[in-house]
Order: sequence, then C-alpha cells, then structure tokens
Amino acid sequence: MTDIIEVHDLRKGFGPIEAVKGVSFSIQKGQTFGFLGPNGAGKSTTIKMLTTLLTPTSGTIRIDGKDPTKDPHAVRLGLGIVFQDHSLDDDLTARENMDMHGLLYGVPTLERRERIAELIEFVELSHRQDDYVRQFSGGMKRRLEIARALMHRPKIVFLDEPTLGLDPQTRNLMWEYLAKLKQDQGTTVFFTTHYMDEADRNADTIAVIDHGSIIASGTPDEVKRQTKKRSLEDAFLELTGRDIREESVSGNERMRAMGRARGR
Amino acid sequence: MLRTVYVMWLREVKKFLRSPSRIIAALAQPLFYLLALGFGLGGVFQAAGHGSYIQFLVPGIVGMTIVFTSVFNGMQVIWDRQFGFMKETMVAPVPRSAIMFGRTLGGATVATLQGLVVLALTLVIGFHPHNWALVFPAIALMLLVATVFSALGIIVASHLSDMQSFQFVVNFMVMPMFFLSGALFPLGTSPLVLRAFATFDPLTYGVDGMRALLSNASHYGSATDITVLFAVAVLLLVMGSYRFARMEA
Repeated sequence: MTDIIEVHDLRKGFGPIEAVKGVSFSIQKGQTFGFLGPNGAGKSTTIKMLTTLLTPTSGTIRIDGKDPTKDPHAVRLGLGIVFQDHSLDDDLTARENMDMHGLLYGVPTLERRERIAELIEFVELSHRQDDYVRQFSGGMKRRLEIARALMHRPKIVFLDEPTLGLDPQTRNLMWEYLAKLKQDQGTTVFFTTHYMDEADRNADTIAVIDHGSIIASGTPDEVKRQTKKRSLEDAFLELTGRDIREESVSGNERMRAMGRARGR
Repeated sequence: MLRTVYVMWLREVKKFLRSPSRIIAALAQPLFYLLALGFGLGGVFQAAGHGSYIQFLVPGIVGMTIVFTSVFNGMQVIWDRQFGFMKETMVAPVPRSAIMFGRTLGGATVATLQGLVVLALTLVIGFHPHNWALVFPAIALMLLVATVFSALGIIVASHLSDMQSFQFVVNFMVMPMFFLSGALFPLGTSPLVLRAFATFDPLTYGVDGMRALLSNASHYGSATDITVLFAVAVLLLVMGSYRFARMEA
C-alpha cells in the first residue's frame, strides 16, 4: 500500500507561538485516519496546512505525491473538505450551494445534476433543496456540507469535527457512506473528533496530538495497549491529562457569536 | 477561469436581486442629496451662471450611488471570511485571481444596476439626458467606475478583520472620495488645492465622464476620463489578484 499523505517534521509558528512543533505521520491510501487532540492542540492548524490554507513554517507535506506549497492547485483538486465551522452561503439555496461547488470543481453539467440529486437525497435534504440555507438547522447545514464535500469524488476527504451537533442516526449514516466510498473508490478519510468512541469505531489508525506534538499513534487498539486502558477515552485522558484547555477567542469567533445573536 | 468568474459573478447578482429591501434602502441617501441639494441649491447655482443644478448634480449622485454600493459590496469579503464561505472558495481548484475578478464584476454589476435605478428616478424629478443615444455609453462607463470601486472595496476588505471597520472605511475613504470628486460642485471654479486633490480621486474621472455623456459638460474630456479609469481598474485588478493569491485562512 502506498502512503497518500506523508507529513515530515511539519512546523507552524504564529509570531512567538509555535502551534505545530515538528509533526510527522503518514496515511495509507484508502485508510481512515483519526486525528485526535484537545482544543488548541494544533489539529486545525495542521489541517489548514494540509489543505493549502496555510503555509508551513518548515517541514514537508506530500498529498498524493504533490506538495501543497508548490502545487496547491493539483492538491486542491483531490480534496473534499468539511470545515470545522460553517462554510455555506446562507443566502443561497441548498442546491445552489451544491451547484456552485460543482462548477468550481469542474464537474460536468450532467454529472453535476445527477450527483447533486443523489447526494442531497443521501443526506435527506431533497424536500428542502430549494430552501435558503439560512433557514436550516445546524445539523442540516452540516449534512449539506458533507454532501458538498463529496460531490467531486475527492481522493481524500478531510472532516474537521464533522459530527459535532449531528444526531446518532445521521452520524451513522455518514460513516456508512464513507465506508462505502472507501470500498468503491478507495477514498482516504482524514477526520478529527472529540468523540473517542467514534474514533475507536471508525478509524483504522489514529494519532493523538497535544501542545503541537504527536504523543501517540497507531491503531486504536495499539494506543489502548500502550496506555494499558480499556477504552480510547481513558487512553486519551491518560495521554493528554485532565486539565481543561482554553482556546483563545479570535476576532472571527467573536464575530460569529455576534452574527448568531443577530440571527444570521 | 471564465467558469469561476461566472460562478462568483452570479452569486453576487443573485444575492442582490433577492434583497429588494437592500435595493430600496440604498435609494434613500442619493434621493436626499438630490432633493435637498438639487432643489435647495439649484437657485444659487443658476444665479451664479452655471445653468441647471439638477443637470449638473445627477451624474455626481449616480456616481455616489455606484461608489457606496460597490464598496459596500466589497465588504462582503469580510462577512464571507467570518462566516466561513471564503474558505470554500480558497480551497477550490481554481485560480484565486478568477475568484477576485468574479467578485469584482459581480459587485460592479450590482452597483451599476443600483445606479440605473437612481438614474431612472432622477428622470421623474426633472433630469433629462442631454442626448438619449449617449445613455448607453454612460451605462458602460458606470460599469467601469463600478469595477474600480468594487475592486477597491474588495482589496480594502481583504485587509480588515471585522465589520466594525466598515464605518471607518466609509468615513475615511468613501466620503472624502465622494466630496473631492466634484460630484457636488464644478471643479473649474474651485480652489487650486481642491482641484489638485481631485486629480488623485478616481471618482473625479467617473463623475466627469458621466457628466460629459449625460449633461454635455466636462472638465477633463471623456477620453482622459476613460483612460484614467481603465488604467486604475487594471491596476486594482492586478493588486487584488496578488492579494487573493497570498491570502491565508
């Protein structure tokens, strides 16, 4: 099996703060990789570097053999991303959001129509496809984002806390669909979550990151063995401690909170 | 490239057409200026031997509408960054310059439509174009002016982090550009210092060009106006592409 994602000694500093401190890992094609860590551990920063949104301070990344810093275009073509926070246009309908994505990724018209219909059906939004996204609940928006990320048949799917706010039914449906994609198309899945049982159940391999460094990696069972714990939750707490982390609140988050208060 | 420009353009236009309240709200300011200044100062203007103030003022007010609408539309960039939609376009396998062009043209189209609504309203209050055939080139010029300010708004917005700074932009960028442009007064009889400042204001050429086409009065001549506006538009589009290509999320 070949490694579709290879990361070597990846670092990212923001001024004096080093958010990611020399992270290395690799993921085989067709595997599901769980990237775990407490808030502020460096998960999102790492994902942003892998998905061409941030330039690393140093280190190397290979996504399907390509370097995101040198050939972002080629890397972007192969990725489907569900971001941690919203990324839909609330003033457009569900179908328009999907259609815009398909156009940006160069999906031909006929296929675009078919896949939109199929994926909207899969996330059970068919009856709401012509409604504005602003009228959707958090869970519905999430489902739409998942459908959108899959519509150009990406080789690698990045899901940053995708199941946050999803009910168990939708969560299971999503994982079933991803398993099917993995089987049919060899899709690789890179996800983060705070639900350890979800990681245990769905990940082939995991890595635990804390304070910008990877502190454990392997299959979920291996990590449990290393820490001599029965559940991944206990293993995780053993590795990362019980202190509650505080994330600094960025201007963006303040703004979003304001937007929510205004009912956007 | 073209597909991306189209997608981003269509998004802006759809959003605009779907918010009639925004279209109507944006009519208030130009109408107040037209009514208060047009009729309030009309007598003085005429007594000073400059002819009809409404004929003089309308191209300036249309220019104002275009500047406010296009800069405001550029501020959408801040909103998109805060609410995440920007990321969706930043990870798409398309040239960032195409995203910037599409947004700019979309904003410019929206501003031109808004400008046309205002122009139509001015016909009701007594404005009449000097030559109806020149209304079409005037619309093309409006689009050019709108492109300049739409690009400017987008570039400024891409450097800002919250919507509160929008008021800052309006007070320290849009307002001075509007007042210095000669939208409200003839440049020919204004003090030298004012005229010198106006030379550096792209809106000056926009208003002057529209005045040439709609009211047959011009300070620089429409050839100069179009050349300057075109050059500024190209410059800003290049700057904007550069900025978008380096933008991180």
